[in-house]
Amino acid sequence: MTFKDALKTKKFVVTCEIGPPKGINVNKILDEAESFKGRVDAVNVTDLQSSVMRLGSLTMCHLLKIRGHEPIFQVTTRDRNRLALQSDILSAAALGIENVLVLTGDHPVRGDHPQAKPVYDLDSIQLLEVIKLLNSGFDMTGNALDGKPDIFAGAVVNPGADPIEPEIIKMEKKVKAGAKFFQTQAVFDTDKFADFTKRIKHIEAPVLASVILLKSASMARYMNDNVAGISVPGHLIKEMESTEGKDRVNKSVEIAAKLIKGLKGLCRGIHIMPIGWESKIELVLDAAEL
Amino acid sequence: MIITKQKDKKTILDYLKNDKNIFITGCAQCATVCKTGGADQVEEIKTLLEKHGKVVTGTVVIDPPCHLVKSKKMYQQNKNEIQKSDAILALACGDGIQSIMEGAKGKKIHPGLDTLFLGEVLSGGAFEQKCLLCAECVLDETGGFCPITLCPKGLLNGPCGGAKNKKCEVDKTIDCVWIKIYERLKDLGQLQEIKRIKPPRDNSKRINPRKHTLEKK
Repeated sequence: MTFKDALKTKKFVVTCEIGPPKGINVNKILDEAESFKGRVDAVNVTDLQSSVMRLGSLTMCHLLKIRGHEPIFQVTTRDRNRLALQSDILSAAALGIENVLVLTGDHPVRGDHPQAKPVYDLDSIQLLEVIKLLNSGFDMTGNALDGKPDIFAGAVVNPGADPIEPEIIKMEKKVKAGAKFFQTQAVFDTDKFADFTKRIKHIEAPVLASVILLKSASMARYMNDNVAGISVPGHLIKEMESTEGKDRVNKSVEIAAKLIKGLKGLCRGIHIMPIGWESKIELVLDAAEL
Repeated sequence: MIITKQKDKKTILDYLKNDKNIFITGCAQCATVCKTGGADQVEEIKTLLEKHGKVVTGTVVIDPPCHLVKSKKMYQQNKNEIQKSDAILALACGDGIQSIMEGAKGKKIHPGLDTLFLGEVLSGGAFEQKCLLCAECVLDETGGFCPITLCPKGLLNGPCGGAKNKKCEVDKTIDCVWIKIYERLKDLGQLQEIKRIKPPRDNSKRINPRKHTLEKK
């Protein structure tokens, strides 16, 4: 079943994400992906996450696709102008990759090539509108396409944004621009997420809440200081801090599974962000009984 | 105001290593306010060059050097001193330097300043960039704050979601301008302005070099 079809059913949808390697050795990540094959409805592939130069998302999506996975091609507007964005989306469609998650993308100054020129020719909302046009058989200046794609486009929302109102206004605009599903920024607090869901009751597009695997207290602190849009609450940092060595994996899985169980009644599905711990996704799925 | 910063002295002296006789030009407007190319700075640079064995054939503070007619006039009035020099050292913005070069009939010229941005003058010698000269002003829709300049991603359709404590993900010392736009439009009862989807910008309006000619009435 495709990801798009899965969202039409009543089942609780599960996605996870993988980050391509820095280099061309893809065997490890593809082996790890085998461990959750068939247990998730789709696999997101990040697009130079945190502005760190890596293997491309589209190539990784293709490699997953030919191995029987259902990829979601993440596309940021940070590195490509409107010509390259449209072309890459057509390229994805030609390879049979039709799920696209549109993001603005972290600024290059936060990554490993801070000297890079940021592009941002389009923003996420404008790109969603462009995808709508491509799906209708035209490029963004109105030229007819020889063969049109059928992209299933989604977008991102940060339920922890403060103030939340401009974030919700932007979410409404994303729906209007063609977003058919949402995957959220990492959620750590189910009560706060419940408040957020009350604010977006009028939005029909399905929302998949994201859960991050916390590897350690220092990683959580690092993310709080350096990763845009993420705020790990103090009590979870303390929980990780009081756990040593090998137990850290169990603790991390336990925290993620508990969050997933708490979020289950509040959203259409879950998105697991392993941040390098792709091999632990299986454990989370077991612990969360998914 | 065009905000400039003086190049460090070592760089300036390095530019002039093959030139003995120097003519120095300053700027009576922006570079005077920035304390980079006013009469005082021209005098300071003159002293520095003389200390390093140069001969300063003359100095002038042009009002302003970015006006080609004024630069040509400056050349006529200082022709002898400029012709005696091996090169001009211009304490002006990038535009001023090129205008002086043209006015001085292509005389060899060295920049003494780096041109930083179009900015607002604050108190205490501070300057802030507020306008990117984008050729397509959007301030009517954004409560008077420019997201093209004040959002490092130049977003037109709302916050990127990366702000923490209302501070920008790129620079924690600056406010997220999209949160400021939201708060201001909310106060003004004009939130509908940010609910409309803004189309992509027309970058063909910003192809460099740009030109503009006044329409004849």
